[in-house]
Amino acid sequence: MNYMPKIDRRSFLVSSAAAGLAVGMRLPFGDEAAAQTALPPEVNAWVVVKPDDTVIIRIARVDMGQGTLTGLAQLVAEELECDWSKVTWEYPSPGRNVARNRIWQNYQTAGSQGIRQSQQYVREGGAAARMMLIQAAANDWKVPAGECVAANSVITHKPSGRTTTFGKVADAAGKLDVPKNPPLKDAKDWKIAGKPLKRLDTPDKINGKQVYAIDTKLPGMLNAAIKLSPVIGGKVKSFDAAKVESMKGVKKVVQVGDYGAAVVADTWWHAKTALEALPIVWDDGGNGNVSSETIAARLKEGLDADEAYVGNKQGDAKGALASAAKKVEAVYAYPYQNHAPMEPMNTTALWTADGCQVWAPTQNAEAALAVAAAAAELPVGKCDVNRMHLGGGFGRRASSHDFVEQAVLIAKQLPGTPVKLIWSREEDMTHGRYHPITQCKLTGGFDAQGNLTALHMRLSGQSIVASLLPQLLKDGMDPFVFQGLNPSGAEGVFGYEIPNLLIDHAMRNTHITPGFWRGVNNNQNAIYLECFMDELAQAAGQDPLEFRRKLMANHPKHLGVLNAVAEKVGWGKPAEGGRFRGLAQHMGYGSYVAAAAEVSVDPKGQLKIHRIVAATNCGNAVNPQQIEAQIQGSFVYGLSALLYQECTVKNGKIEQENFDSYNVMRIDEMPLVETIIMPSGDFWGGVGEPTIFVAAPAVLNAIYAATGKRIRSFPLSKHDLKSA
Amino acid sequence: MIRLMVNGQSYDVDVEPDTPLLWAIRENVGLTGTKYGCGIAQCGACTVDIDGTAVRSCSLPASEAAGKKITTIEGLAQNGKLHPVQQAWLDLDIPQCGYCQSGMIMAVAGLLKDNPKPTDADIDAALTNICRCGTYQRVRAGIHAAAAKA
Ligand code: FES
Ligand code: FES
Repeated sequence: MNYMPKIDRRSFLVSSAAAGLAVGMRLPFGDEAAAQTALPPEVNAWVVVKPDDTVIIRIARVDMGQGTLTGLAQLVAEELECDWSKVTWEYPSPGRNVARNRIWQNYQTAGSQGIRQSQQYVREGGAAARMMLIQAAANDWKVPAGECVAANSVITHKPSGRTTTFGKVADAAGKLDVPKNPPLKDAKDWKIAGKPLKRLDTPDKINGKQVYAIDTKLPGMLNAAIKLSPVIGGKVKSFDAAKVESMKGVKKVVQVGDYGAAVVADTWWHAKTALEALPIVWDDGGNGNVSSETIAARLKEGLDADEAYVGNKQGDAKGALASAAKKVEAVYAYPYQNHAPMEPMNTTALWTADGCQVWAPTQNAEAALAVAAAAAELPVGKCDVNRMHLGGGFGRRASSHDFVEQAVLIAKQLPGTPVKLIWSREEDMTHGRYHPITQCKLTGGFDAQGNLTALHMRLSGQSIVASLLPQLLKDGMDPFVFQGLNPSGAEGVFGYEIPNLLIDHAMRNTHITPGFWRGVNNNQNAIYLECFMDELAQAAGQDPLEFRRKLMANHPKHLGVLNAVAEKVGWGKPAEGGRFRGLAQHMGYGSYVAAAAEVSVDPKGQLKIHRIVAATNCGNAVNPQQIEAQIQGSFVYGLSALLYQECTVKNGKIEQENFDSYNVMRIDEMPLVETIIMPSGDFWGGVGEPTIFVAAPAVLNAIYAATGKRIRSFPLSKHDLKSA
Repeated sequence: MIRLMVNGQSYDVDVEPDTPLLWAIRENVGLTGTKYGCGIAQCGACTVDIDGTAVRSCSLPASEAAGKKITTIEGLAQNGKLHPVQQAWLDLDIPQCGYCQSGMIMAVAGLLKDNPKPTDADIDAALTNICRCGTYQRVRAGIHAAAAKA
């Protein structure tokens, strides 16, 4: 994926010269850093082996629940040939990465890229460490390294049968040069990678021991609660600190940037209680009149606007549509949605004139470091981010590190005192980085023989990139709005051959801050396209599967997953028990996915999603049981959105403040998910997001089969599915 | 001062009577396994056991828990032995991010106390905790596994 938040490399390079200072920097609570340097010397950047043979694998990407940590450790351990039962892990801080010329490379964990974009160099890290350990043993024994092998953390000299363990030679190995471009194993020889191993991080998650960022405790720490401008982008005009300063536990009332106010107190509950009593006057920044209606009208205008950025074009779609024997047209709309990870935004910061440390839940600790340093007004080399465990991320903690900036701005006003900032759920719901809002007009044309000859797909709406990463715009165009609709590339190839095709985007931005929301633009694009393919099939009087198949001959991988779900769900044979079926396929984040849903709708309009068969071809499958968990989990995320989730705007503010008005699917609505993992072995695709794309369209197509109703705006809770 | 009995230990905590039990446990008692998710009894992340009943601690004033027997996730294992629900969670590798799972496990432990062999319909009716990572399918399997062992 290409939309990684760009950290200014130059500032990193400049500051890394000074980063030597950071190592010796004294902070009052630097014990953790001291503990880390007390570790035994590393074999190489990726692998530390303790004398007792414990293997510490360094993980640059982050685990927010998706299992990346375990998957990456499996890949390193596979090449290292170590004993898996002795494997543990460590997150190197971004400050250490800076100090070592980014030896761990990219920290960004979004776009389902954690494994697919780092697998090569982490496996090489494991392989190089194995070669170094073997070499160290061979040197000790004064035998050629070629006569030695490693397995299960034991090195054996084959001719003599002599053995030693990794822990005994790790010190010496760490002094050797790191070999370049070590050969890697073929996936068919994998013993640790590719296997459904248990996660490394489960034990502490069942007994309350796992420390999340929100659980950070430091000596002398205070707690902060924050209120941000209710109209996003608005400013604080004034607040009356005197009104709350004498309330219990309150230590300080501070302004945060020009956009918020915070109360710092002994406990968070005291801070929040006082904050609620704090009178604040806001300047709405000119957006106080914006509503969902005004936004919808603006997007609607874009559907027919003359100017639009072209993302995919074949032949002459407009001409072919003008002369089509039959035309089908539909307009769809997709709302704003909040990520709402279970752990609200939070960060702990400690600022002194000499340095700044933060403890943050981040999907990209390097970006967090850049944000922290800027807010601290200190060189990057004097700051660092302690990478805390995340209670979910889903893109929120990659899209923006606003919560890190705020924590630092608050801590800066209490030099030497660590302050933990926690957003209330209400702040979290109303100051998200929302799934962007879009509409789509689709027009399909058939010739007299009933062949689909043209498709025009006009997207209108918000660009995430224009808001977050404008440097990635190409002559004003946002390439990422076309995820899954591209003519080529890993970010999602359009899976149908249509002689006259036009997919274009009328960019219509708003003041509501958009972000990368699990699945990102694939979510609406898959709904638009896959539901409309069903509409076209119906117009052509054809079975939705057969109709698609005819257009997919040149896309065997797209077709492969679609065929797999169709076969497993029993497509072609009627479903039992009043159930109806729907299909969808899509490609994104390097992977090919398809789903077949079975639903029923009772006469009162009550929907039940009984079963979804899901297939993924992710190229290589590093941990099948975790892939299965990601598929199930992504369906919950995607179906929660489909069933319930919409953030509406009134007077410039987001209206939904908590889970009572922003509902989430519970266990009673969970369909049985049957997973087909079918890696073809010739590429590396993502697994954290891709299957989410097909959950909603498969269910929507099944709802149509059950009710004859085409739902084209969301969530479903706005619609009555009662039979007419 | 309110006296809270948490996991067999007593704590005198200096909180106002209307402070939610959740925050008294997290900030005053100092046990952070119990999580804040919504603060309005919607998500269940804050679930603890009070005198044998699973309770959403974000919406219970600390004063109402005074003197009662409170068990948090940290106190669920007995004599170093995991509770059957914890064991099932480990065996089936249920948690993803894990943030909801303290509350989920406490809610399930409470459910099994009332109904040692719940059917799927019983589970659907009783368990309303939110998991944004979407672990529900494994949670269901975990409940049946724990019930089978108990
Ligand atoms: S935090 Fe108590 S139910 Fe959500
Ligand atoms: S495991 Fe992440 S919210 Fe449930």
